[in-house]
Amino acid sequence: MTDLATKPLRRPTGRRRGVTKPSGWWGLAFVAPATIGLGVLYVWPFLSTLVDSFQDVPAFGPATFVGADNYTALVHDPEFWKAFGNSALYTAIALLGVPVAIVLAALIEQVGRGRAIYRVLFFLPVVTLPVAIGMVWRFIYNGDFGLLNTVLSWVGVDGQFWVADPRFTIYAFGVVGIWMGLGINLIILGAGLSAIPKSVYEASALDGAGRVRQFLRITLPLLSPSIFFVTVLTVIGALQMFDLNFIMLRGVNNTALADSKTIVYLFYEKAFVQFHQGYGAAIAVVLLVVIMIATALQFRLQRSWVFYD
Amino acid sequence: MKRKWIGAAALVTAVTLLTACSGQSDAAAPGEKVTLTYANWSEDQTPAMQQIADEFQKANPDITIKVQTLPWTEYWSTLQVGAAGGTAPDAFWMLADHFREYAKGGQLLDLSDTVKSNNIDTSVYPKAVTDSYTYDGKLFALPKDFDTNGIWYNKALFDAAGVKYPDDTWTWQDAQDAAKKLTDPAKGVFGIAAPIDGQGGFYNTILQAGGSIINQDGTASDFGSPAGVAGLKFWTDLQAAKASPTLEQLSDTEAVSMFENQKVAMYFSGAYWALRFHNDAALKGKVDVAPLPQGVKRATVTSGIGNAGYAGSKHPAELKKFLAFLGGTKAAEIQAATGTVLPAYKGTQQPWLDSMPEYHLQVFIDAIGYSVPLPVAGNASEWQGLAAQYLSPAWSGKKSVQDAATEYQAAVDKVLAKK
Repeated sequence: MTDLATKPLRRPTGRRRGVTKPSGWWGLAFVAPATIGLGVLYVWPFLSTLVDSFQDVPAFGPATFVGADNYTALVHDPEFWKAFGNSALYTAIALLGVPVAIVLAALIEQVGRGRAIYRVLFFLPVVTLPVAIGMVWRFIYNGDFGLLNTVLSWVGVDGQFWVADPRFTIYAFGVVGIWMGLGINLIILGAGLSAIPKSVYEASALDGAGRVRQFLRITLPLLSPSIFFVTVLTVIGALQMFDLNFIMLRGVNNTALADSKTIVYLFYEKAFVQFHQGYGAAIAVVLLVVIMIATALQFRLQRSWVFYD
Repeated sequence: MKRKWIGAAALVTAVTLLTACSGQSDAAAPGEKVTLTYANWSEDQTPAMQQIADEFQKANPDITIKVQTLPWTEYWSTLQVGAAGGTAPDAFWMLADHFREYAKGGQLLDLSDTVKSNNIDTSVYPKAVTDSYTYDGKLFALPKDFDTNGIWYNKALFDAAGVKYPDDTWTWQDAQDAAKKLTDPAKGVFGIAAPIDGQGGFYNTILQAGGSIINQDGTASDFGSPAGVAGLKFWTDLQAAKASPTLEQLSDTEAVSMFENQKVAMYFSGAYWALRFHNDAALKGKVDVAPLPQGVKRATVTSGIGNAGYAGSKHPAELKKFLAFLGGTKAAEIQAATGTVLPAYKGTQQPWLDSMPEYHLQVFIDAIGYSVPLPVAGNASEWQGLAAQYLSPAWSGKKSVQDAATEYQAAVDKVLAKK
């Protein structure tokens, strides 16, 4: 009895080891491409950036360790705070795109036959080159000859220099950002909408709920996981905004650039134009932390409004 | 999504810079085929560059030249990452304001011995340009072309306003008066384009006022000095008189486009626009060029592209041969004959003048006599980027020129003070 009582204790462990060991190696082999890819393309660059951020990295030649100097300089750099504010403002505007996308998605869902056409139309900006987008919007926003001001003049409104006047630049970019993000958001929200069972709507209609009530009481709660996902993506994307700055301002010597730099643009400028790679790395690390905090915060807040059935 | 990728790519590239790789190997064995890359940023000039490469290959059948054209917006980051990572093109265009970082960082092939062994007489190049590619007494790039500045003007607009064309007797006052007379708000025509532009604009006027922009040893600027302020005021006065489109207008539609659209009558800029204006059918017979007006004295900044070689090239011997060819008469003549640019090589410029006989292009060559190198001290990319930020308030009249200039100088001097 005592023999039997002790033996089983050992045997299963030995057997488990015997079974799991080979399968573990196989598993590793299977995930290796992804792991190596992630390691080379994400983990290693991230760690190097982190190291860089504590160094003075000249354009060429050896780097020197400077402790937290880059971060101290960052905190005291008005340009950084300005860029931070610009990115925050841009993000806030981009977030307005989420309700727009929800309403549009719900409307498109109502469309019977031509639904695909609308989706394609809204998706076009997503697959268009940012350079082309930048050029088209530069024309639309042009203060002298722009399309927007022409339309405004028909209704007797004075035009503005939407991009060149730093008072408006970020807002003008925000509109482009909403438009650019709409396609992806509509796809995600559209998928979420089609997953809502029709029976729920039918039942509520029997109980006398109107369209608006249905939208507020059924669509929104049942769509909330998709909305949450779209919101998280929008915030991350908006905080990383770079291309509009680069194409619509820098490429054309627009003087509004001085007041309208975003965090990622500032990173680019410091690291690649001014050869301050350590400082640039510090900006990148701070941005990463900001994005992590913003995302974590959203995951915290979602508990109170996202409805999983 | 795209934005995310750019961010990720930027992070990745930011880090790739660390991989300092020194890939230096021996020259190829005789008879072995060697391929060299030659990078530039100009679509317009690529045909001429290709023609030069073809010509070189004819004489050197063992060396193949691959001409690479990168977009201007990507050129410098690609070059920087490539140089640090050991994958830079073998030969490439260099600009004076980027040159120092590359030379200091040991990324460029020292051409001093190439010059000697090929009997290249460097006095054929404008001295100001050769100087800007000299670091520590060594020459790292051979001047390809150069540009000085002049007044591009629209004869039709001058005629319409009854103003005499600019000539070499013009003073600042003449230019200012003409700009005001040429301005016609009803027609949306401005006398001049006055953007915040160093090279075509206030650098020249500061020099003309007797200033120096950056002092001899590169430790301080003089934007806030009386000459500096006078040089800046030349432009802010034109803004105040509404003789120029506003900064916003010039941001939305670049000065050169305004000039091409015949919305501005005068545009102070370089020779590099000649071909563009020449090819513009709408401007036929309407455009010409005159020397910049004189202030206290005559002056223009000059700069030029240099052909440089990568120190990490696998075939330094062949590369030097190619660079020597690029610095020679043949390459210069091809550039001149195609009207591409004003070649730096003295005596090869006539075909360029002849290629566009309707313009008084000799103005740009005569300007070499009073030209000063484009200031590039210290971290030039960094302090040059400050102009729009500090000078905009002066241009728009929100701040006095003196105040803006003093603050601008302080900011530039801070950058210059860094090692």
